[in-house]
Amino acid sequence: MHTSPAVVVDEHAHDNPALLHHFSDERQQKNAASLGMWIFLATEVMFFGGMFCAYLVYRHWYFGDFSAASQTIAILPGAINTAILICSSLTVVLAVRAAQLNRRSQLVFWLLSTIVLGLVFLGIKGYEYHDKFVEHHVPGLNFSFVEALPGHVGAMANPHHAEIFFSLYFALTGMHALHMIIGVGLFSFLAFEAWRGRYTSNYYTPVENSGLYWHFVDIIWIYLFPLIYLIDRHK
Amino acid sequence: MATEAVVEQGERETYLNAVYGLKSWLLTTDHKRIALLYLISITFFFFIGGFFALLIRLELLTPGGDLVTADTYNKLFTMHGQIMVFFFLIPSIPAVLGNFLIPMMIGAKDLAFPRINLLSWYLYVAAGLLMMYTILAGGVDTGWTFYTPLSTEFLTTNVATSAISIFIAGFSSIFTGLNFIVTIHRMRAPGMTWNRLPLFVWAHYATSLIQILGTPVLAISLTLVALERLLHLGIFNPALGGDPLLFQHLFWFYSHPAVYIMILPGMGVVSEVVCCFSRKRIFGYKAMALALLGIAVVGFLVWAHHMFVAGISLYAALIFSLLSYFVAVPSAIKVFNWTATMYKGSIRYDTPMLYAFGFIGLFTIGGLTGLFLASLGIDVHVTDTYFVVAHFHYIMVGGMVMAYLGGMHFYWPKISGRMYPEAWGKLAALLVFVGFNLTFFPQFILGYMGMPRRYHAYPPEFQILNVLSTAGASILAIGYLLPMVYFLWSMRYGKPAPANPWGAAGLEWQTPSPPPTFNFDEQPVVTWDAYNYDEIPEPEEVPVAH
Repeated sequence: MHTSPAVVVDEHAHDNPALLHHFSDERQQKNAASLGMWIFLATEVMFFGGMFCAYLVYRHWYFGDFSAASQTIAILPGAINTAILICSSLTVVLAVRAAQLNRRSQLVFWLLSTIVLGLVFLGIKGYEYHDKFVEHHVPGLNFSFVEALPGHVGAMANPHHAEIFFSLYFALTGMHALHMIIGVGLFSFLAFEAWRGRYTSNYYTPVENSGLYWHFVDIIWIYLFPLIYLIDRHK
Repeated sequence: MATEAVVEQGERETYLNAVYGLKSWLLTTDHKRIALLYLISITFFFFIGGFFALLIRLELLTPGGDLVTADTYNKLFTMHGQIMVFFFLIPSIPAVLGNFLIPMMIGAKDLAFPRINLLSWYLYVAAGLLMMYTILAGGVDTGWTFYTPLSTEFLTTNVATSAISIFIAGFSSIFTGLNFIVTIHRMRAPGMTWNRLPLFVWAHYATSLIQILGTPVLAISLTLVALERLLHLGIFNPALGGDPLLFQHLFWFYSHPAVYIMILPGMGVVSEVVCCFSRKRIFGYKAMALALLGIAVVGFLVWAHHMFVAGISLYAALIFSLLSYFVAVPSAIKVFNWTATMYKGSIRYDTPMLYAFGFIGLFTIGGLTGLFLASLGIDVHVTDTYFVVAHFHYIMVGGMVMAYLGGMHFYWPKISGRMYPEAWGKLAALLVFVGFNLTFFPQFILGYMGMPRRYHAYPPEFQILNVLSTAGASILAIGYLLPMVYFLWSMRYGKPAPANPWGAAGLEWQTPSPPPTFNFDEQPVVTWDAYNYDEIPEPEEVPVAH
């Protein structure tokens, strides 16, 4: 190991099977992957941005009806889910840390924990969707909405506007859940590869980049939770 | 195929003959081979889209609706638009020439993510198959714009499949843009600083920014349209109090910048060609690079000029009108600087340069008529008339397709290792230019006289101009078929191309034609600025084999 530094780098590059042929060294490869991931997340922001934009327009127009519709959604499952996602972000960070420290079994453990938390989130989300189904709050599916307009004694909320709210609710949370499902799939793959010893302190870019993706999905939820569950003051 | 060229040339290994077999193409991660895969697929869709255009022009030959019914006509212009925009123009220069050239221009072995590059081609193919299914299942007649509630509530055609198809094609485009941006940031050769990048690379950087920031918004808009149709969500449904204008805002937020996806890469090609055939450095390099970025940025702020008569407020319309004028500033910088580059240059009139001349002239006409449309008074008068159709065809066909063909001729020796027949090239360029103007100039007049777009019948007094337009389209079709024929011919019979037939500047010309799999035999180091034509000797007349 006590040859000149340049030679060490060269041998090192040659030894690492993860280094692809078209990169000159690992740093370039890691930087490229990381920049690519951030750009992908920028496209994701724009993707969700379209729906958030629609939400903001209608919430501004139909605030009372949105408030009434929001109050039919139970806060507790959403709050539990928020806590679960925040915890899962922690487990992802711990997984990245374990990879950096070359601790293979810890890495597998934290990846599996993330998967479990993600699945619990999806389970609770499914339970909430079931509630909506039972209450006839699924747009286009025998939709009915009879609720008082908050702050206006005797007035009823406009069921059409409530249907728009629930359309956005399903579009936003559905797209978020789809991203969660993809994330769970991603982490299952990572856990398997980690178990096989694929990731070391020399090469853990997939763990780190998948972690970025997972944090992004969390952040989307951090915005969705107040926008959907906490409009106006709940009973 | 092209492999024979190499056998004659000798033993040298190139990207074309390094490995053989269908699998070596379908599973390749070589950016040059993926570029050729794209070339074949977009050419296929170009002719499908062109076929629909031909039927449209045939129908409009006579005032009555005699060839097709009104419903069929709606499908024809819809599918012409969707295929030409999403399956030809948007991938055209980026996915073929950009894919092939960007790594070579910056001195890299490949794009940053070769497998994502291949994935983006497969996404394109999947989208293309779904679009073909849509066509065969009876087509779609929303117009390429998918306006709600027409698309969500009233039509019974294949709206959902075509929306999903374009959604997938969008992700193909996003991945291409993502790959280019990372490649340009991270893969440049030693010495290849930002200020030494060819403008072709800058143009693709600006294009990629639009692709990654705009396309996701189209994706979500089309997703919501598909969900409204399939699951009966009601986000744009006016019966519930939903807002169709919201859809138009979201759609044009992407689709106006997308217009610049369909012109910026062409500007990149023209910069390369104009410098090479004028034997001069580009005039105002930094202004040219900034103008490309400027068009991309300002392009995101002008979308509502598509909605002046749709019911947006007058104040919003005024502001969007003003912002639309701003696009003219960087666009004018480009045209003036190309002209200044040619000034006192030693100009050669080879085929690529003919296309560059055509581009500059036609882009100028298309751009200036864009200013007519950006001003509220004229826009109200000519909205949804053939004036608009003529305007955007001057940009998209007169601009982008000209630049694409110019670029294909310029880089064909590099891609195939063969020269195309120059005389035929010039003839085709002439036919394209004449045919194009004959097709679309009468449409400016028709539109100004009040002929609306998207109708299969029209009053008899418009017939003469429509006949001229259809005649022009026939010439244009021959002009487009010719290059395809002689490019194919040249792969077998063309003269073998030297490394640098045009005496052009740029790293891509310093490697053999066709290039080896990893582009360069050794890592290039750059010590010069782009377009250093004062340091490069002019090539011998008419390049021949060495």
